[in-house]
Amino acid sequence: MAVKILRQKPLSLAEKVYLPQVVAGMRITLKHMFARAQTLQYPEQRPEIPPGYRGVPTLVKDPNGREKCVSCQLCEFVCPPKAIRITPGSVPEGSGRDHVEKAPKAFDIDMLRCIYCGLCQEVCPEEAIFLQNQFSMSGYSRSEMVNDKGRLYEAGGTLPDRHFKWDKKRAAEEAHSPHA
Amino acid sequence: MSLFFQLPVVIQMALKGLAVICVIFPIAGACSMAERKVCAWIQDRPGPNRAIPPWFAWMPIVGPALQKLGAFQLIADGLKFLFKENQVPGHVNRFYFVAAPFLAMIPALSTVTVVPFGAYIDPSGHTVPLILANLDVGILAVFAVASLGIYSMILAGWSSNSKYSFLGGVRASAQLISYELSLTLAVIPVFLWINAPGREGTLGLGRAVEFQSQPGFWGGSWFIFIMPVSALVFLIALFAETNRLPFDTIESEADLVGGFHTEYGAFKWGLFFVAEYLNMIIGSAVFVLLFFGGWNPLPWVPLSAVAGWFGLAGHPVVLGFVSVCIFLAKVLFMIFFFMWVRWTVPRFRYDQVMRIGWRILLPLAIANLLVYAIGIALIQH
Repeated sequence: MAVKILRQKPLSLAEKVYLPQVVAGMRITLKHMFARAQTLQYPEQRPEIPPGYRGVPTLVKDPNGREKCVSCQLCEFVCPPKAIRITPGSVPEGSGRDHVEKAPKAFDIDMLRCIYCGLCQEVCPEEAIFLQNQFSMSGYSRSEMVNDKGRLYEAGGTLPDRHFKWDKKRAAEEAHSPHA
Repeated sequence: MSLFFQLPVVIQMALKGLAVICVIFPIAGACSMAERKVCAWIQDRPGPNRAIPPWFAWMPIVGPALQKLGAFQLIADGLKFLFKENQVPGHVNRFYFVAAPFLAMIPALSTVTVVPFGAYIDPSGHTVPLILANLDVGILAVFAVASLGIYSMILAGWSSNSKYSFLGGVRASAQLISYELSLTLAVIPVFLWINAPGREGTLGLGRAVEFQSQPGFWGGSWFIFIMPVSALVFLIALFAETNRLPFDTIESEADLVGGFHTEYGAFKWGLFFVAEYLNMIIGSAVFVLLFFGGWNPLPWVPLSAVAGWFGLAGHPVVLGFVSVCIFLAKVLFMIFFFMWVRWTVPRFRYDQVMRIGWRILLPLAIANLLVYAIGIALIQH
């Protein structure tokens, strides 16, 4: 490894005396004193969230208002701190989405355990779970910090969908049985 | 007014003293908030601007303005210090531990007595300084009593039974004693000049201001113009004496946690804090009196000239008030200057502090004294 020797420049007289340096510093601080504050006044002003931010995980619905989660439990298995707990259930008859294999009966994310790693979002084959923009999560009790299915959908809302996988499946089934 | 003068002298003095304390104590408290605000502004932050009691929030303009300035944060902090649990750690020497903060307050408040803070013109045309005790020893009394403040730091550091406090106390004693030499030597030329032959000798601070309010070019110029080196040495030593950055190796939170008051909390810590600001105020006041013309509004413009322009010579109360305001404005500017330097310059290392004190400041002060002593002897002969 090449060694580069840096020679320290000898101090000039002004630097040795130090007082001119102090005065120069004071000029800078005085300038800042009359400059505008850079502070974000937090509760009133909110920070701009950059795209791809990993906030609190949420469940989303597709543009038709259907829950996208099919309770495959991949996120539950991949979750490193084991924050997710899913109870799988079947889709109720006559709900208009019976062709979907399954839906979660209960879906809890314990936010005291969640480490915001985003693996659940990455692993989800249905693009049903997203870490969205909510960056502050607080509560007065442990049970309050567990997001149940209702709250997860409320926080998630509806995201635009590019695939409409289950619509395609139904269309294919209604046109002709693919396995026939 | 006349009722006041009919009271016994002791009660008069006590009332005067209380009045001064009632002014200086809130200023010391407000300085702690000013410190936070100045710090914030220099660092491009707004500073404390949240606390507000509801009945002030209902006021239209005044309430929010005070809130922005952090006035209520100051009150909240003060009350917190007052109502916090006043605990004493188990490993301390209880008596001295409790005594130390009070010992810090006593010299800080007693030096006020010999510092004049204004003046009025009596019917015979003399300028009379407003002062609690117009002692001839003036500056000596300030130095003597102020240096007693070291004892509180040493006691606090020693009685805390903690290595950080102890180191802080040791540093405090070393630093304060080192810089007191330069501080005193820097002032001597001023008093050599004031005590010209044929005049009544005095070390009173009022005389220093009187000397800066004479007519003529040399008479009216402030001592900072006549003796810039003295002023500089005095100012630097003052920074060290009041433990302000860049000389706050005593607190040095980077390596000593909090210095001599590491183990203190609640009101006892608050007393140390207020004492530090009181020392700053007294130090600034002495600096203003000696080098910045005291209550004279501008160099070559003495207070009596202002009184002449506005016809205030016959109104001692009004003129006294004006002079106190001028003086306080200068002192507050000095305190701002202290804060300004604090948030600009990084802390010196302990060995650097000692080197500056003994190898630079002290020789400079002695040389300055010699030059001025010879010069003054030549002029006054």
